[in-house]
Amino acid sequence: MTTSTRDKVKESLRRRNRAETRFRAIGAVSVTIALTFIAILFGTILSRGVPSLWQYSLDLEVHFDAEVIRVPEAPQRAEGQSDADFEAQTMGWQRRFSMVNWNALIGAAVNEAVGREVESRSAVSIVDSAARFVLRDAVLDDLSLIGQTRRMTLLASADADNWAQGRLSRDLPDERQQLSAEARATIDALVEAGIMQRRFAWHMFMNVDSRSSPASAGLAGAFVGSLYMMLVVIILAVPIGVASAIYLEEFAPRNRFTDLIEVNINNLAAVPSIVFGLLGAAVFINILHLPLSAPFVGGLVLTLMTLPTIIIATRSALRAVPPSLRQAALGIGASRTQMVFHHVLPVTFPGILTASILGVAQALGETAPLLLIGMNAFVANIPATPMDQGSALPVQIFLWQGNENRNFFEPRTFAAIIALLGLMLMLNALAIWLRNRLERKR
Amino acid sequence: MTKPAITLTRPKPLGAASAQDRQTRIAARNVTVHYGTKQAIFDVSIDVPERSVTAFIGPSGCGKSTFLRCFNRMNDTIEGCRVGGKITIDGEDIHDPSLDVVELRARVGMVFQKPNPFPKSIYDNIAYGPRIHGLVKTKAETDALVESSLKKAGLWKEVADRLDAPGTGLSGGQQQRLCIARAIATGPEVILMDEPCSALDPIATAVVEDLIHELKEQYTIIIVTHSMQQAARVSQKTAFFHLGKLIEYGDTEQVFVTPQDPQTEAYITGRIG
Repeated sequence: MTTSTRDKVKESLRRRNRAETRFRAIGAVSVTIALTFIAILFGTILSRGVPSLWQYSLDLEVHFDAEVIRVPEAPQRAEGQSDADFEAQTMGWQRRFSMVNWNALIGAAVNEAVGREVESRSAVSIVDSAARFVLRDAVLDDLSLIGQTRRMTLLASADADNWAQGRLSRDLPDERQQLSAEARATIDALVEAGIMQRRFAWHMFMNVDSRSSPASAGLAGAFVGSLYMMLVVIILAVPIGVASAIYLEEFAPRNRFTDLIEVNINNLAAVPSIVFGLLGAAVFINILHLPLSAPFVGGLVLTLMTLPTIIIATRSALRAVPPSLRQAALGIGASRTQMVFHHVLPVTFPGILTASILGVAQALGETAPLLLIGMNAFVANIPATPMDQGSALPVQIFLWQGNENRNFFEPRTFAAIIALLGLMLMLNALAIWLRNRLERKR
Repeated sequence: MTKPAITLTRPKPLGAASAQDRQTRIAARNVTVHYGTKQAIFDVSIDVPERSVTAFIGPSGCGKSTFLRCFNRMNDTIEGCRVGGKITIDGEDIHDPSLDVVELRARVGMVFQKPNPFPKSIYDNIAYGPRIHGLVKTKAETDALVESSLKKAGLWKEVADRLDAPGTGLSGGQQQRLCIARAIATGPEVILMDEPCSALDPIATAVVEDLIHELKEQYTIIIVTHSMQQAARVSQKTAFFHLGKLIEYGDTEQVFVTPQDPQTEAYITGRIG
């Protein structure tokens, strides 16, 4: 090698090294920026969501005053009375409990707790409005409670929680405060006395959404709705998508028609999800007359949206199988179907699993198409079947975000996001675990 | 008359019938292959004798592998590939609509250039073919067939104690012998080998060549090879292909010692290729 050649190589080497350093620096900066944003995202979600998982509740000595509860004895079945008649009578008797002035008991219990007379509306405003149903159900459960005093743990109202958690500035003038001055002073006294304490808000995962008693509103309905939809997507989209991908990739002839299908599948993957919502509203609701707000219909819409993702990802997994494996199978005399099912699919399975999980996770987090089939309706029930009205976690987040009691619901929105992310992480963890297990087996 | 280009390292066994005396097992007549509009094989006719090794040699891209793949119709699996002409095995047309290609491939085994065991256990690699063709019913039958196939492929001693180990974990030479055992297991009459040693080291190559030598007592073997030495060592008949045409076909000794065609001579003396 002559000196001049070596010099030239050295010079070009310097240039190449510079280019490499530059490229590495760009990569490192990009990764840092991405990590920073992720840290900010999760930091915000956790710092705002986690505290709202703890809510104030009150331990009150409630006196079940017979003077207030005044309900006659339970009806006895008369001779010759029909079943339906007796049932109607019992229901009527139970309904009378709903008309009892439970708030009077709550007010008295608050007075008792702080040791002075609090103005009754202020006293009641501290406790969640669903507390009266808690008392009613306790009495219906055990009629002997009447006339006795029992320690009850009742949820604080959303406004009281806001005040106690310090979400509202104490400097705001009276007319801009949600609670009366007396109520605020009472809360401070109750917290001071340890009667009002922060506890983990299990009810957020057990209760359904509520507009009349926001403090006890929960995610259970949305959670179950999301589960139903995922079930529908897993049952429909995964088999249909995987089967389509296998057929298109392994069996279908290559001609203009299959080319057209391929182009359309690729295009569908890029269609905005809200368009699938429109399609669902037009086809499933207007033409097929399926019920509005049903998780089943939501699942169908999400299935349509997810199919292209699953098909495309599965096909690329199939395409990655080395031709030598196919040749080995065909060479030994396996039919095409045997080749696909005995040899190609087993090695593609992890890829197909990943494709399916990607699709299902995408469906789980989708909101827009659900709005168009009425899943943003307020539903205060856990849907018993996928055909009942229901909500979904992302839609619930959307609804809470728009709630007028922003001080209370904004942190809760983050808590709901944590629940949604937790569900997704669980799903992904399951997929990774399954994939590792299956890969080890081979 | 030129000097022999290659010395034959393996003398013809004494008393063995010469290849000419054997019955024709495979007959190809006017075979053509097109890939789309490009013609890869031009009117090739050839008779392959039974229980012997026939070598296909020729420079890269001459169509020898393509032609080999006609015999078990592997070309059918390639998009846009058309095969013309007639090929018979034991007088039976392999393109006869009544003959299932799956049945044909059970009778005509194939070993590929790169060892390609299934990503399954050694046992399942061998047992797979017999199972799908219904050759074995019981576990005992399968065990026996796996053992005899591995023995024929000279692999039994090396793997007998780890039949459950993955086939992909063997060395390259062992993998290729596993593939040969897999091909033998379905009881074929013909074994096609597409450059079976090109991915192997010289020692593994020698082992596989010895194996081919033994197998020819039972099977009709066609081997595509890049190595003329290998063709000379293992085969009784040699066919030389060039640009999709069969240039010369005859007894290996004759082809290497007294090639009739100047192109053959040029190739085996290293002037083209």
